[in-house]
Amino acid sequence: MSSTRQGRLGDWVFFNLTRFFALFVLLMLGGTVASLVHGAWPAIERFGWGFLWSGEWNPPMERFGALIPIYGTLATSLIALIIAVPVSFGIAIFLTEMAPVWLKRPLGIAIELLAGVPSIVYGMWGLLVFSPVFANYAQPMLAATLGKLPVIGELFSGPALGIGILSAGVVLAIMTIPFIASVMRDVFDVTPPMLKESAYGLGATTWEVVWHVVLPYTKVGVIGGVMLGLGRALGETMAVTFLIGNMNVFGGFSLFLPGNSIASALANEFAEADSPIYAASLIELGLILFFITFVVLSLSKLLLMQLSRQSGRET
Amino acid sequence: MNTSPMPGLTTQISIRKFDFYYGKYHALRNINLDVYSRKITSFIGPSGCGKSTLLRTLNRMYDLYPDQRAVGEILLDGRNILDRGVSVNELRAKVGMVFQKPTPFPMSIYENIAFGVRLHEQLSRVEMDDRVEWALRKAALWEEAKDKLQYSGMSLSGGQQQRLCIARGIAVKPEVLLLDEPTSALDPISTMRIEELLNELKEDFTIVIVTHNMQQAARVSDFTAYMYLGELIEFGITDEVFVKPKMKATEDYITGRFG
Repeated sequence: MSSTRQGRLGDWVFFNLTRFFALFVLLMLGGTVASLVHGAWPAIERFGWGFLWSGEWNPPMERFGALIPIYGTLATSLIALIIAVPVSFGIAIFLTEMAPVWLKRPLGIAIELLAGVPSIVYGMWGLLVFSPVFANYAQPMLAATLGKLPVIGELFSGPALGIGILSAGVVLAIMTIPFIASVMRDVFDVTPPMLKESAYGLGATTWEVVWHVVLPYTKVGVIGGVMLGLGRALGETMAVTFLIGNMNVFGGFSLFLPGNSIASALANEFAEADSPIYAASLIELGLILFFITFVVLSLSKLLLMQLSRQSGRET
Repeated sequence: MNTSPMPGLTTQISIRKFDFYYGKYHALRNINLDVYSRKITSFIGPSGCGKSTLLRTLNRMYDLYPDQRAVGEILLDGRNILDRGVSVNELRAKVGMVFQKPTPFPMSIYENIAFGVRLHEQLSRVEMDDRVEWALRKAALWEEAKDKLQYSGMSLSGGQQQRLCIARGIAVKPEVLLLDEPTSALDPISTMRIEELLNELKEDFTIVIVTHNMQQAARVSDFTAYMYLGELIEFGITDEVFVKPKMKATEDYITGRFG
């Protein structure tokens, strides 16, 4: 009797403790939003919605707008994904389907180690090693090739500085590849061998098996991996600060030009935010970054729903 | 196709002096066996005897695994399929396979069948519709699936999924269909339906089935090969193997004295 009662008490405590932990997450989320809104309130009151599309960032005149850092954040993250997703996909396919056994482990471990390199190291490497090479070789080459094309040529024009939106995007890509690649490899690895053999058994090539069977089977994990990478790219601070140039002036659509990102603006300017409205504007930037991340996550959920509709109705 | 020692039968596949290795492990020893056209041949034997291994060499599935190696001769339409020059993709279009568990692809029922066909043939929309219907009818799944072709293959029951996998295999119009314990994950009624189906399919296809269920081998197959520890112990007409086996080992196994 007493042991059952004790068991019941234990269950009760355990249930409430875990429920408290779970609800605590919601509390934290609400608290974060509330405190961001509270801190940003002077700026929200003063600039209204115009804060979102004003490109002016003028601390002495106390006029602030978020357009340049928003653009910088989205542009660098997009560049990072455009480069990182196909490369990571290739790495994951090679590791799971093609690499000889003796190469699988060392390569896999190397990728996991790359994921563990602190972002400050990527930033220093980016500024001191990558950016001179990028300015001397890659940028002139891009300007001479893609820069000549009619519409997108605009993106690859201008002075080859080695720092700027494109440089930051490329280094972000290098930083996110290990994350996306290792998630993709893990989910490709859990595809049942029998399912893959079924496709091979019909005469499919490795590419056809991966593209038509493995990828649809693992789409939730793959998109999760991409979102993990995107989350890292959107919020990445140190490496971007080193490479983006931290310019709050919009000089044109060229990706060679320096710019600014939300995270990097926050890191650079908090210490010198001497007026309350300056600080409030920076906090509002933080709120916007929070919101962007939320939208990205929602979009990925929508994408998943769309994909599951395409793969055939469930019942 | 060669004429065979058995009157009235043509040989579809002939296996000669065949050895198989997993790394250094010698899994199959000196196998010599003929598979006859449009008959059902079953491989039986205790676990680990090499029956699945032998089956998986017939479409070179072992190619996917670098440490697996085959030596000898397996003639299909007069060509040794173990030769380097043989295109594995074309071979697998001729030799289809169904596995222990149903493995529908993550796509609709229609696409599950069209996928394999598209790998080898360019068909118009109408031709593809016809082919899908033909394959589903052959696999006795059309009546159940015709109204939900756009539904996910995973939405079918286990037995239906396995018939979908059979439909997928025959849609490519292979000559040979390999089945690796195709009913081991199914209930008795689904198993019975698959067995009836195999009986109909042998009019068009040569069927090789691996089973650990001896009653199943006795019920469905025309020829039976009994294997033990990587060797072919006895091969012959199913009725003879089961009623008056030549080898003592075979008799012990089928009478349940061991295995």
